[in-house]
This record gives sequence, C-alpha cells and structure tokens, in this order.
Amino acid sequence: MTSLRDVAIVGVAESDLGVTDSSILQLQTQGITRALADAGLSLADVDGLATNGVSRFSATQVAEYLGVRPRWTDSTFAGGASSEIFLGHAVPAIAQGLADVVVISYGSNQRSAASRSLAGVVEGHVPDAQFDAPYGPLQPISAYALAAARHQHVHGSTSAQLAEIAVAARAWALLNPIAYRHDDGPLTVEQVLASPVLSSPLRRLDCCLVTDGGGAVVVTSLDRARDLPQLPIRVLGHAEATTHQSIAQMPDLLVTGAADTGRRALGMAGVGLADVDVVQVYDSFTITVLLTLESLGFCAPGEGGSFVEGGRIAPGGALPLNTSGGGLSYGHPGMFGIFLLIEAVRQLRDQAGARQVTGAEVALCHGTGGILSTHATTVLGVDR
Amino acid sequence: MSTAGYPLPLPQEDAVTAPWWAATRDRRLVVQHCTSCGTSQHYPRPICTTCHGHDLGFAAATGRATVHSVTVVHRAPHPDLATPYVIALVDLQEGPRLLTRLVWANADPAAAWPAWPDPATLIDRPVDLDWWPLPDGRALPVFRPV
Repeated sequence: MTSLRDVAIVGVAESDLGVTDSSILQLQTQGITRALADAGLSLADVDGLATNGVSRFSATQVAEYLGVRPRWTDSTFAGGASSEIFLGHAVPAIAQGLADVVVISYGSNQRSAASRSLAGVVEGHVPDAQFDAPYGPLQPISAYALAAARHQHVHGSTSAQLAEIAVAARAWALLNPIAYRHDDGPLTVEQVLASPVLSSPLRRLDCCLVTDGGGAVVVTSLDRARDLPQLPIRVLGHAEATTHQSIAQMPDLLVTGAADTGRRALGMAGVGLADVDVVQVYDSFTITVLLTLESLGFCAPGEGGSFVEGGRIAPGGALPLNTSGGGLSYGHPGMFGIFLLIEAVRQLRDQAGARQVTGAEVALCHGTGGILSTHATTVLGVDR
Repeated sequence: MSTAGYPLPLPQEDAVTAPWWAATRDRRLVVQHCTSCGTSQHYPRPICTTCHGHDLGFAAATGRATVHSVTVVHRAPHPDLATPYVIALVDLQEGPRLLTRLVWANADPAAAWPAWPDPATLIDRPVDLDWWPLPDGRALPVFRPV
C-alpha cells in the first residue's frame, strides 16, 4: 500500500471555454480526453471517476457516456469546493488500492443554455425555500453581499478595496491567452465602482463571469506518475469543512471554513503559508477572495481590504493569486474548483507562459461552495 | 396594511414547520424552543441542534431584533418585485438569526426602499417586527427600524 503522500496529478486540461453551444457531456468528453492525453494515458486506463453537475447520476452518466466501468466513483455535491474534495477523496482511494487512475471532471454549458437564474436554484422541499427564498434574495449574490456589508461595517473595508481584487484578476487574464477577458484590456477600480450595483455592496464587476467550460484532472500513484510524460505534481495536503447551508445559519459571516481547512491542509503538507509560491482561491465574488485570504491566515482578520491594495495579488505582486484570471476574468462555468487545480498544476510544471510564477514549487488551492458553505484546501507540490 | 400582490412561489410548509406558519396567520412570530437545554432555534426542526434533544415546543418571540447585516437588491429575480429592496439578517432577542426584509417607516412591505436612509447605516441597530401578507392568509415576518 502506498502512503497518502505518494499520489500525484499527472494530467490536466480544459474543455472548450466561453460560449461553446456544446452540451454538458460534450464538454465533459473534451476535458477528460484532453487531460488523459496530457497525462499520456487513455480511457482504457481509467478505473475511477469523480464528477457532478451533470445529472442526478453524474458519475454514472459520464462513465456510461465514455464507455468506462469504474470501480470507484464520487459525486459529492459541494459546489465550488467539489473538485478539491474529489481530489482529497481520490488520494486515499489510490493509496489504498481502491482505484489506480482517477479522473476528476467538470463541464457546464450554463452560458449557452442560459440556465442561470438570479434567484438561484430553489428546491421546494428544503428550508431555504420556506425561510429565505420568499424574501427575494439573489442567490448566491445576496448571501455573499451580506457578508461583504458586515465586513465593511465591522472592519471599515471599502468597495474600492474589493474592486482591487477584480482589477488584479483582469491583469492576470491579460497574460492568459485562453482567458475570456484576455482581449478586453485592463480594468480599473473606477470601472468596477461604476458598474451597476446588483446586491449592495456587490456590483456587476465584483461578480464572476457566466461562461461555459469544463476540465479534468488525472490522478494516479506516484510510482506510475514517474513513468508518465509530465512532471508529477504531488498532493501534499488536503482538508475539507462544511459549516452551514443557508447564510442565516453561518456561524460567523466573517470567518469561513477556510480558517479550519487551511490550517489542517498545511499541517498535513508540513509547510507554512510562507512556503506557498502561488495561490488559487475561488473568486465567485471579490468578497470571497477577501474572506478566504483572511481565514487562511495570509492576513489578520479585518485586514483583507488593505492587504489586497497596491497590486499585492496582481502580476509582479508579493502574493501571486488566481494567476489564470480566475472566475472574475478567465471564465466561470459554475463550479470553478477544477480550474483552481488545473492552473496550480500548470504553474508547478512551469507551463504557465507569460503568467508563470518563477520557481513555483508549492501551490495552495482553496475551493468554496454554496454560500460560503463548503470548503476544501489542497496543497500541491512538485515531485522532488 | 396592504395585501399587494406577492409574485414569488408560496412557501411549502411541512409537518415540522406547520405550527410556525399557522402562527403567522395570527401575526404571531414564534421560535422553536428546546425544553431540555433551553435554546431557541430557527428554522423549526425535529431535533435541537444544540443538545440534540427531541422535546421541542414553540414560544412567542418579542419581535425585537438587531440588524446583523443588510444588502440592497437592485435587480430583482422577478419583474413584479419593486426595487430596490432590502434583504437583511436580523438577530432576534431570543437568539436565532433570520433572513428577512427591512421595511421603511409605514411603507407597504412590498414597496421599494426609499432613496434615504442607506440601510447599511442600520447594521447593529434595533428593529421591530411587522408582517408582509401572503395571498393565502399566512405572512412573512419583516422588520422596521425602531
């Protein structure tokens, strides 16, 4: 039996991105076959599959669609933390011999299908439908806006500081040829502040894009990884936490589950924040980044606003963050977690082109799902 | 009080929440109360999330609350909702936190929030209970600045 540390990511790829007019399963197929090609593997090697967002039987459906009969599957539904959670589950499964080659995948055509609603997805039988939805909140925007308003009230952070996060994301996207906003030029704080307020204090440009897209990550044992073409990227640490479903039930609007998962994942990895060379955190909204940075401990509680000022998280800044351009400027097909892993792997392989962080050896990814509900921190490192 | 149209889907109560909704027909706000540990909780469940006891009842709330946070919605999910409106989290004197709306002065609960004041200035300020009638006789608890 291999140890938890002896598992590696060996393949990553995106499907087509942007506005694709493709079906979810087409995008899934593209992402999976491209990631397997990147890994030097084929569908015949796959015996584990983790995915969701396709249908009620997501992994089952994708397996049938591709002609795979997996002996290990996972369809945990944790929104934007799902892919990090899948990876966290796949590592011990591979280490214990329950699977040999696991594919983690995602695909969404939400832009082409116009399937996104301002009210979100409300299932009539759950408590949200009785006690939250009747008031007309925008979901998830209003929930994140309530956290942002509280942060501004308690800590004096400003909308201009939130805007800095969107500005930095755009600057990274200008360096990434496949980013949705690659050709749209730089963004200014003034432009963000001039965009319409959707649910105060969040404006349109505080919100992630709505695009199609998908991707996949291929995971296997380190032994096998060392015979494959790409530099193996080891999974050094993982932790997940689920704290609430409705924003009214969140224990503390200003401290997310990242405070718990960051500490545990770094502890498992045996590294500290100072050792992290590149950071990918879910940027569903600008406030998500600010709260996550505080909760992970990159800055003190309440200091996230000043922390992101002055280009600290932009290209050339001290903390390279969301180097693909993130959900704010690279693309956002709904559950962004897979793209955090893909970009982290590219950075650690030294394959990130103009946006490459020189000498990146340790990456931290943090997925956030629901309305600050589910959290997973993944620490990745080059195989040395 | 106006019974202006309510355009969103009506909440579907269940056996556990039915007493809570029934009280709203009499414009009474109740909170679930655990007889074992004394904790109040919202929304109603068949178990106490503090002590995991099963002996729960409903008790009248005072209707006094404090605003924990607010957000002003400018783009409604339904065309018949008047904008802007204020979504809030309020902390009841009894403890539980509710997602709700803030309603200004004597305005109709379905009316748009006025240009002044900025609801963000109401965070940590007291509010009092009022009701937004639903077409079926039930009502949604909403809150007005004191």
